[in-house]
Amino acid sequence: MKYMFYPGCSLHRSARPYLDSLAAIQEKLTMELQEVEDWNCCGATEYMSVYRAPAHALVGRNLALAQQQSNGSDTVMAACSACYLNLEKTENYMRTDEELNNKVNTALAEGDLHYDAGSIQVRHLLDIIYNDVGMDRIKNLVTNPLEGLKVAAYYGCMIVRPDVNQRWNSPEYPTVLEELMEALGAEVIDFPMKTHCCSGHMTQISSDVAYELIRRLIYGATHYEADILVTLCPMCQLNLDAYQIEMNNHFDTDYVMPILYFTQLMGLAFGIEPEELGIGREFVSAKQALAKIGAPVPDEVPEKGKPRRKKKKEEGLPMPQVSTRFNGGSK
Amino acid sequence: MTGEEAQTNGHRIGVYVCHCGTNIAGVVDVEHVSEWAKDALGDRGVVVGKDYKFMCSDLGQELIQKDIEREGLDRVVVAACSPHLHEKTFRNATERGGLNPYLCEMASIREQVSWVHTNKAIATEKAKAMISGAVERVKEHESLEPFRVPIEEATLIVGGGIAGIQSALEIANAGHPVYLVEREPSIGGHMAQFDKTFPTLDCSACILTPRMSEVGVHPNIELLTWSEVEKVEGYVGNFAVTIRKKASYVINEDCTGCGICWQKCPKKVIDDKFEVGLGYRKAIYTPFEQAVPKYPVIDHDNCTYFEKGSCKACEKFCPTEAINFEDEDEVITVNVGNIVLATGYDLFDARRIPQYGYGRLANVFTSLEFERMTNAAGPTDGDIVLRDGVTAPKSVGIVHCVGSRDRNFNNYCSSICCMQSLKFAHLVHERTGAEVFNFYIDIRTPAKEYDEFYQRVLDEGTRFVRGRVAEVTDAARLPGEEGKLIVQVEDTLAGQQRRIPVDMVILSAALEPRTDAYETAKKFGIACSANGWFTEKHPKLDPVATMTEGVFIAGCSTGPKDIPATVSQGSAAAARILSYIEMGELALEPVRATVIAEQCSGCRICNDLCPFNAISYDAETELSEINIALCQGCGTCVAACPAGAITGTGFSNEQVLAQIEGLLMLNVEPQPVAEPA
Repeated sequence: MKYMFYPGCSLHRSARPYLDSLAAIQEKLTMELQEVEDWNCCGATEYMSVYRAPAHALVGRNLALAQQQSNGSDTVMAACSACYLNLEKTENYMRTDEELNNKVNTALAEGDLHYDAGSIQVRHLLDIIYNDVGMDRIKNLVTNPLEGLKVAAYYGCMIVRPDVNQRWNSPEYPTVLEELMEALGAEVIDFPMKTHCCSGHMTQISSDVAYELIRRLIYGATHYEADILVTLCPMCQLNLDAYQIEMNNHFDTDYVMPILYFTQLMGLAFGIEPEELGIGREFVSAKQALAKIGAPVPDEVPEKGKPRRKKKKEEGLPMPQVSTRFNGGSK
Repeated sequence: MTGEEAQTNGHRIGVYVCHCGTNIAGVVDVEHVSEWAKDALGDRGVVVGKDYKFMCSDLGQELIQKDIEREGLDRVVVAACSPHLHEKTFRNATERGGLNPYLCEMASIREQVSWVHTNKAIATEKAKAMISGAVERVKEHESLEPFRVPIEEATLIVGGGIAGIQSALEIANAGHPVYLVEREPSIGGHMAQFDKTFPTLDCSACILTPRMSEVGVHPNIELLTWSEVEKVEGYVGNFAVTIRKKASYVINEDCTGCGICWQKCPKKVIDDKFEVGLGYRKAIYTPFEQAVPKYPVIDHDNCTYFEKGSCKACEKFCPTEAINFEDEDEVITVNVGNIVLATGYDLFDARRIPQYGYGRLANVFTSLEFERMTNAAGPTDGDIVLRDGVTAPKSVGIVHCVGSRDRNFNNYCSSICCMQSLKFAHLVHERTGAEVFNFYIDIRTPAKEYDEFYQRVLDEGTRFVRGRVAEVTDAARLPGEEGKLIVQVEDTLAGQQRRIPVDMVILSAALEPRTDAYETAKKFGIACSANGWFTEKHPKLDPVATMTEGVFIAGCSTGPKDIPATVSQGSAAAARILSYIEMGELALEPVRATVIAEQCSGCRICNDLCPFNAISYDAETELSEINIALCQGCGTCVAACPAGAITGTGFSNEQVLAQIEGLLMLNVEPQPVAEPA
């Protein structure tokens, strides 16, 4: 099975473990990935709401490149939810909005590019693994089932909403990731916050709001007794993992909820070494949780030149908070 | 024979052009068209050309009548609205004038001309062409006589809910035989599951069970419970219906309904039908105490004897030896003249909206579960309690429009849920004193005494939050939410998100067509709407008839409705049938298709295409045959036959070709006509 692959910036930086684990399992899944050459930024989460046509032109360039380079595949796969949504949005709007289509193609023509709307299928990695590879093949690949590991499956908002091409079984309460985790032998908990907001870029704009949104998810996963929260989005992973400690400082709580990519758990179940899957690079160590399934996890890899920041002194009055009551929730 | 006679064939045709107020006259120059018809079509047999404000009025019709008598017309063309509306009117007028009614033809210059064009000159020319076509066609018309079919006196009613019960009693009380088929072991339908009925709060069982027992003992009603219709053959007045009476393993003649069998039966089964999964029954059971008939049935799939080969406790304890484990299905055929389909509805499966938690969160209930819970004869003896069976809720959230008015599921309004939710709110207040929140989109209380009930519930202190619920969750995050169900909702009146913790949530789930509604419709030769409800012959003017003569529909099978509307439809269907029975025979439209035997190759292409199951293949003659009583003259087979072996009275090749020829004649040059002022 051959696919064009749009990695996006996160997979090469903050979400490196996602890329590494994908690379590690890709062969077993018989997925042949051809990276779109000379790709550029997808515009992330805000650009489309700020400048519509330029934002679509930015994404349109990636689609045009994919169309140009496509060699036996009309599918572009993205593993990052924001990349996936932006590519899907531009593809869809160029197909249905003639004026936008003309504008984008006029801009692309400046760089001798053109995109024929409708010629590329945009799909998320999970969709391809679930539908093209299929659960039967996955089950056959499992050599080290994740027995006894309680997993909260977390989607975030962007891959399931708006689901313009109806690729997911429910935009409100999808169950695809759960099925995959069950196929790996994990125990899947009912996690009602699975499509709630991870706070997106609120961490940069309004950290109080972000901490509260992160707290809800971490508290929820803890409350439902998950050992680990599994995600498919670099931003969700970053927010819940990297800001978990700051959130704990902010609310004076002590949650420990490791956040891993679903591809990392797939790799473990397929018997691949944790190091090869990028496990150990997470801020909140998964070591203890993964000990349940006997996975030898390397010691935390210290991030060079990035000493953990101390909690900033709050200026003025603190936000009214509800933290202390929920300390009992953490295990 | 002169030249003129050759073209007119001696016909004397009257052309009548209707203004339809300004509907037609606003776009078509009707005076001009009527004069043109008389002048320009004179050599084609038109001797009268008139226009009139409303041809469908008595005075308009009289014009036709009088001209037939005075001018000796032998054909009539009315250029007016679609024949769907007034073909019958003008055929009747033609008949009153002394002509065969089928010698009248309509040209639709409203739906096909004035309503779809704005340019008066072009519209006027098109109207002329339409009339030219109608004139040529009507010359090919023949006098037709309606078919007369005798009406069998007996009636089949499918579905023993309140709609079917009402129909059965109306017809039976008028002295005519009725077969009432119900697939469950008892009649009563959904109404038997309810505790109270809105807005009067009278007890559902108290008003329903007298009707049920009346049905049970009525000499004119043959009750066929635990039975299903397998096949329907024939046509209005003369249906042959095959019914499967499922094996009940109980000899009804010997059974006294004493109940010892189900007391002694060791096998407890979750009752997912009558108790909607909230209670238990035995493997031998009647669904509820007042069941009609009183005879139990054995649930074959759950009976220990059928599972393991031993038990037979019911047989051992039965005082009248009424158990027969050798019982088998029995297939019977009954002849009936008319059929009422009153097959009811299914409740929307609330699991389809997982974010509302039904099936995941224990204390989320469906509306039908709650009905059973409030019922004094239900699984909790009428106590309103949480899933643990003992704790009374201190706060209850009722979510409206679950699966209704939702583009993801059903666009329609389920009509009864507002009043049902208000009733629930009242019952919760009355029995537990709990705080009640109603989460609604709009409150719809349009019937008699309904809005007064709403005001009463408001006065009782029920909280109303306007907005569609986003989710019901047990994921607490604020003080006071621990251990509760939290209803997350956008309060669209306050303009803010709210989280309301409650102990219990009731989902007012949508009414949906029966899951097998399409199969049922096909079996009886009727149609379903896109949503799956049975389609009426006319949604306003003929709401209980269908396009298939002799098959009537009533109650929720045609769309969600409350009990009064359901009962009205049951009576209405009965009234229609009683008038047929009273007539003794029925005149059917003679516009029918016929197979020309010499040209039919027996290919059977037409057989499956017929929407009314009117065509069958005769293996002996190797020809397809059309049952004229079932044929509705739609013309599908005529168009489909590769050999051109099917022709239709009223739409023969000659008639259609003549009409096309007439349309193309356009022996008038386009004239500049003044634009409307």
